[in-house]
Amino acid sequence: MDSEVTPVHADITLRVNGTEHRLSVDTRASLLDVLREDLGLTGSKKGCDHGQCGACTILLGGRRANGCLALAVAHDGAEIVTVEGLAQDGRLSPVQEAFIENDAFQCGYCTSGQLCSATAVLDEAENGWPSAVTTDLGSDPALDDDEIRERMSGNLCRCGAYVGIVAAVREASQRKEAAEA
Amino acid sequence: MRPFAYERATSAEDALERHNDGAVYLGGGTNLVDLMRLGVEEPSRLVDVAHLPYDRIELRPDGSLVIGAAVSNSALAADRTVREGHPLLAQAVLAGASGQIRNLATVGGNLLQRTRCSYFQDTSKPCNKRDPGSGCPAREGEHHNLAILGHSEACVATHPSDMAVALAALGASIRVQGRDGERTIPIEDFHRLPDNEPERDTTLEPGDLITAVEVPPVGMPSRYRKVRERASFAFALVSIAAALDVDDGQVRDVRLALGGVAHKPWRAWRAEEVLRGAQATEESFLRAAEAELEAAEPLRDNAYKVPLARNLIVRTLMELGEGS
Repeated sequence: MDSEVTPVHADITLRVNGTEHRLSVDTRASLLDVLREDLGLTGSKKGCDHGQCGACTILLGGRRANGCLALAVAHDGAEIVTVEGLAQDGRLSPVQEAFIENDAFQCGYCTSGQLCSATAVLDEAENGWPSAVTTDLGSDPALDDDEIRERMSGNLCRCGAYVGIVAAVREASQRKEAAEA
Repeated sequence: MRPFAYERATSAEDALERHNDGAVYLGGGTNLVDLMRLGVEEPSRLVDVAHLPYDRIELRPDGSLVIGAAVSNSALAADRTVREGHPLLAQAVLAGASGQIRNLATVGGNLLQRTRCSYFQDTSKPCNKRDPGSGCPAREGEHHNLAILGHSEACVATHPSDMAVALAALGASIRVQGRDGERTIPIEDFHRLPDNEPERDTTLEPGDLITAVEVPPVGMPSRYRKVRERASFAFALVSIAAALDVDDGQVRDVRLALGGVAHKPWRAWRAEEVLRGAQATEESFLRAAEAELEAAEPLRDNAYKVPLARNLIVRTLMELGEGS
């Protein structure tokens, strides 16, 4: 049974942090594997490899996703942003700055996933997406602390920096609103 | 993980042609890829159906919805017409998984999720669902989060979906493309009870492709509510999808389905029957809940689910009754 032992490869193209990459990938490889092992982008972390911890969170087509659950071959042509791509022109993103100012990490292992997730949370809220704690589904929910906790629940932090993380997301959200007002 | 071929389907017909023995359809992959990594699923070929043109939500003039199978869970929950006309469906979807997973996960894949029973997910253990005839250690072992209704000697697993519970309450139908053409399956007949074939979660035939879900209008106050071991990102211990129409203190119409209690979303037909035409009071709600749960056969460590389900039914109906 050759198929049981012989890896199958496929040619794909990924656009990662603005740069196009042509790759030959094992069909079993996740986007996380390809980012870390083939492209050397080790900012995205492998925590549980089951979609439960969120350390691998990336922006896939502008939406946050678990890099560990996404097969690379299924995302041929995708536009991806990793933590390495959040800063622009050498300047940290507002979310990154807010994490530093609010002491939103300790060991840092979950931080890249938290940052990508938080970046998407701000976009989702701006687009009026509700969450499980939104009481009025007809409204455009405001990002209060309950909303932030619920929306960030796919990112675990074993150091327990949650208080700082919630504060950082709140501050980044308020700054974004002020900048757009 | 066992190596596999990957093919991207260009149409439903093309998907069916590519689907051979050992092939599995790939949607968002959030459950399937995990099961492949665990060695529970070992497909020789993945047929990717996530790019098929089933990515729209259509609101029909009568208020019913046609939701494409490739619509992401996020897009479904964020859709304004769904939030307005079918709020319990949006609530159910938002109660499941995490923001990251909902972005990847599709409606079709959500319906086809496998149980999270720990024995099913552990290939070093027997499991009748994964390995028919090998036995069910859950019956005597770790089963605090497993079924209280409709289980069998062979299997006490629960269906993990939140979305499917709302669809069951609403009497949705699943549109399927099969080898003999298109057909529509009422959700009641879509998921199965385990009986002596727990390896079959649904009544789908090999190669059948889900293309859409049809959801009738609700037309009465409704909500989805979920009890779990932490506030977010956990499967239901018990959940409920409920809709209640009260007129002059009397129940005119009601829809009830429970999650986390059975091998399939559990439509509470008996409770509904007791409630129709009854006074909309706490006493009637309790009587209806008890009538439904008479059939419960809790296991050693999950008897708590019976009062939990009872209280959830009563409290949710009370809230819906006050709102109408």
